[in-house]
Amino acid sequence: MGSHRFPAYPCRVLTIAQETYDAIVAHAKRDHPDEACGVVAGPEGSDRAERFVPMVNAAGSPTFYEFDSTELLALYKDMDARDEEPVVVYHSHTATEAYPSRTDIGLASEPNAHYVLISTRHCFDEAGGNSDGPVEFRSYRIIDGVVTEEDVAITPPQQTQTV
Amino acid sequence: MAIEVRIPTILRTYTDGAKAVDASGETLTALIDDLEVNHPGIKGRLIENGDLRRFVNVYINDEDVRFIGGLEATLTDGDQVVVLPAVAGG
Repeated sequence: MGSHRFPAYPCRVLTIAQETYDAIVAHAKRDHPDEACGVVAGPEGSDRAERFVPMVNAAGSPTFYEFDSTELLALYKDMDARDEEPVVVYHSHTATEAYPSRTDIGLASEPNAHYVLISTRHCFDEAGGNSDGPVEFRSYRIIDGVVTEEDVAITPPQQTQTV
Repeated sequence: MAIEVRIPTILRTYTDGAKAVDASGETLTALIDDLEVNHPGIKGRLIENGDLRRFVNVYINDEDVRFIGGLEATLTDGDQVVVLPAVAGG
């Protein structure tokens, strides 16, 4: 191992705008019963989740998600060109709680990201109809196999200035 | 022969934080061996049991190497290699 270390995060909280939160939840509901996935990009080092980028789950599965490899490269080149990084990496669980699975932990490879887990398990009835149940939305750091849950702070929608 | 290799955040522990390093090799295998000389330990993060790890993507000039020969994919001077871990889970 080299001497370079990942920065420590003394303040463990994900701050996210209401609109972005809503967009992630809507994506998870739309793709249910398959897992939905995506990122929220932001300026490198800023920890600001600003640009919502829903991705296609190339696995098209209720128990697995994976970004398509070509789309993954396009996403990272785009973020690179904008001096961004993935501030949030999100995906949904559609039958289990919003907690990282063993696979999630093993494959987590963005030490700077907030890993957001959404669960839609209570949102749909047996027939697949919307049951208006609660969506679970939780955030974690996953570094070297260690999961640390953090608070989620939702900021209200931007007020439009009226003169 | 200089080939730029873009290193993902998770592997920058092996490159003292560098986002890109130069390496050389006429095939991806040779390139990774050369990387290992200067950045010991990195090879094991890319290769497992003699093959590219399932959840590591490597691109040569924007082509996923799985479609152009895998570890035997050929390289020429000035090529750009990008390493990206899969974003995946269960």
